[in-house]
Amino acid sequence: MSEDRTPSDRADVCVIGAGPAGALIAHRLAAASQEVVVLEAGPRFDPERRIEQMEDALRPSHGRPDVWGMGGERDAFTSSGERHYPLNHSRVKGVGGSTLHWQGMVMRLHERDFEVESRDGVGTDWPIDYDELRPYYAEAEAALGVAGASDNPFAPPREKPHPMAAFEPSHSDSIFAEACESLGITTHSVPNARNSEPYDDRSTCVGYGTCKPVCPSGAKYDATSHVGKAEAAGARVIDRVPVQRLEHDDAGERVTAAVYATPDGATHRQEADQFVIAAGGVETPRLLLLSDSPQYPDGLANSSGLVGRYFTEHLFAGTGGVIERPTRQHHVGFNTTESHHFYDDPAAGTDSGVPPAEADSADIGAIKLEFLNYAGPSPVETALTDGGWGDQLRDRIADTYGNSLAVGALVEQTPRRENRVTLDRSRTDDHGNPVPEIHWGLDGRTRRTIRRANEIQEAILEELGAEITWQVGPENTGPASHHMGTTRMGSDPGASVVDHRGRTHDLSNLWIGGSSVFPTGGAMNPTLSIAALALRTADRV
Amino acid sequence: MSHELTRRDAMAALSVVGASLAGCVAPSTDSDGGTDDGEQSLTDHDRETLSAVAEVLYPDDVTEIEPFVARYVAGRTSDRPEHATGIEDAVAYLDEYCRAWFDSEFTALSADDRDQALRRMGVDEVDPDPAGGDVERLRYYLLNDLLLALYASPTGGELVGIENPPGHPGGLVSYQRGPQS
Ligand SMILES: Cc1cc2nc3c(=O)[nH]c(=O)nc-3n(C[C@H](O)[C@H](O)[C@H](O)COP(=O)(O)OP(=O)(O)OC[C@H]3O[C@@H](n4cnc5c(N)ncnc54)[C@H](O)[C@@H]3O)c2cc1C
Ligand code: SF4
Repeated sequence: MSEDRTPSDRADVCVIGAGPAGALIAHRLAAASQEVVVLEAGPRFDPERRIEQMEDALRPSHGRPDVWGMGGERDAFTSSGERHYPLNHSRVKGVGGSTLHWQGMVMRLHERDFEVESRDGVGTDWPIDYDELRPYYAEAEAALGVAGASDNPFAPPREKPHPMAAFEPSHSDSIFAEACESLGITTHSVPNARNSEPYDDRSTCVGYGTCKPVCPSGAKYDATSHVGKAEAAGARVIDRVPVQRLEHDDAGERVTAAVYATPDGATHRQEADQFVIAAGGVETPRLLLLSDSPQYPDGLANSSGLVGRYFTEHLFAGTGGVIERPTRQHHVGFNTTESHHFYDDPAAGTDSGVPPAEADSADIGAIKLEFLNYAGPSPVETALTDGGWGDQLRDRIADTYGNSLAVGALVEQTPRRENRVTLDRSRTDDHGNPVPEIHWGLDGRTRRTIRRANEIQEAILEELGAEITWQVGPENTGPASHHMGTTRMGSDPGASVVDHRGRTHDLSNLWIGGSSVFPTGGAMNPTLSIAALALRTADRV
Repeated sequence: MSHELTRRDAMAALSVVGASLAGCVAPSTDSDGGTDDGEQSLTDHDRETLSAVAEVLYPDDVTEIEPFVARYVAGRTSDRPEHATGIEDAVAYLDEYCRAWFDSEFTALSADDRDQALRRMGVDEVDPDPAGGDVERLRYYLLNDLLLALYASPTGGELVGIENPPGHPGGLVSYQRGPQS
């Protein structure tokens, strides 16, 4: 563990943030003999404590953000949009970043996701297409260790099989498979960043079932893996050193130093030739806004005025209920079947049961259906919240566990200029910096897409004869913890913050990694694309 | 059908709570669940009280509770002294309460009175909180600790239809298979 938090004398590259984006970039550059220093705001978590953290996660007295120490003055924020944004439930600060908490579903974006404006007339096209990212997707799958199968007829073309075999479908998948088959919905495996066999010195999944928020076995990929590899290749990783601001040269063309704070109250400057910000989709724009200067009065690299704008998420839509047969939920904490059937063409119906949407496909965003393996309350959860005991408790647990099932979905959000991350100058964090303020709301197209997902989910549950007991729709939806769009990528410096390589238009040695560069987000969990872009950026730094 | 809690259950439960398994896998006097080594900071009375509470909490057909609890608690507290203190304090409060209302310690009460004592203090109504008041801490350190131990173990899971409950590393087979009975 590095106790010395003073700056390195000489650094080729300074990376800010040790989540997957920062870790992959640091590793690749260190492996190419660059002197790399990684500055990470959060702590190094002791892997020995993961089982204890899992216990905390199972106990109702510990809130989700607590498990990874999120909250308090360090992480204060303001949510002022039309919808509340639960920021600290949707990120982790520490070596490994938010992948410490993540679920680990990793799929490639579809070809349509790179050209939504051309196809549907909303959002904006990416400056690169699927083919450009395709080789990096393959590298990203090898880096993270993805268990998957080539059984998805809707997936974009790929060159070779996933590094590991997909996880076998669950018993509950087989129940859904019957219903989907009679409705004409095609289902397929889920690519998972978790080991279906030993991979990269990490164990096979052993079925703790607590993947989100913590996998005690290490079978679920998290970015501590690439932080370790980066260190082995010579990178220096310093924890608990939040970067306060970036300084630039007189011309305003190059960043000269990252100013960071240490736990003992000192402030240091790390100089380097190149700087990569990989601080997540909220802290990355915040750091740029905090680094304003006479040349950049609206924030560093913000000539376009778009730093922090177009904050885009994925929405959760879900429908659940009970059926009269055991569904065997909660044995594992991840999903094994999903469907991209309604991804490229969400409005189309099926021949045998799902009616077409009332709107046109261009007026509805992408939908990815997920068949949950953890629907309804788990026995442990009921045992610890019920309050009762003895035979009565046992009977209530047996009643509430056993017959639940649910279909979830990730839904594309249309990027909106007014959804944004700004600085709330009326509140400060533990270092006296204005906290991030999230303005977040949904447009009509996104609501329609959620409603469409609900319709499809209802059709599936009805086909099963299930009693529907809950639904997450346009009114009670929530975000999926994917922070996208806040430093969007594009060719036009007036309409984007970084170029197709991930370099800011304004400063020649300032790069950005992470989903803040996504111009649009599709409805795929973002981290495989983050990883692919990070590897591509690393090749260009 | 009787559901016997086994050494495997105690170890499974310990894997949930992050305790070292050392105290459990080391040879020990199995019959009374007492373990060797100096890892026990709890007194015999603390352990007896935990077993007595577990007898109230666990369904009637669960057997071999005492060795299960003894093994579980031994492993549990060896790594986490602050957790042992939480349990000790909760036992002390429980006894104090029982002496005030029933004129004797919890372990000396009949099964019915034990149940009554817990209900009367309202432990079923409060939220578990390791930093809360006496009853909230009792819920956290005695009730929820023991319920977590049972329902995250294979035997406890099987009572309610899941052989691999969350928190138990039961492998990758059970999720794929249909109902067993
Ligand atoms: C509950 C949950 C479930 C998820 N499930 C999935 C999933 O199934 N699939 C998927 O693809 N994605 C999922 N995600 C999202 C995924 O975790 C993120 O997309 C990914 O971690 C982002 O990587 P990143 O490196 O860009 O940012 P992060 O992982 O957030 O890392 C950023 C790092 O930068 C550090 N940092 C921030 N500010 C500063 C500063 N000023 N100075 C120094 N360091 C700083 C932070 O402390 C943090 O460690 C999930 C997220 C959550 C929370
Ligand atoms: S089920 Fe989840 S938590 Fe358990 S070992 Fe597998 S990946 Fe890890």
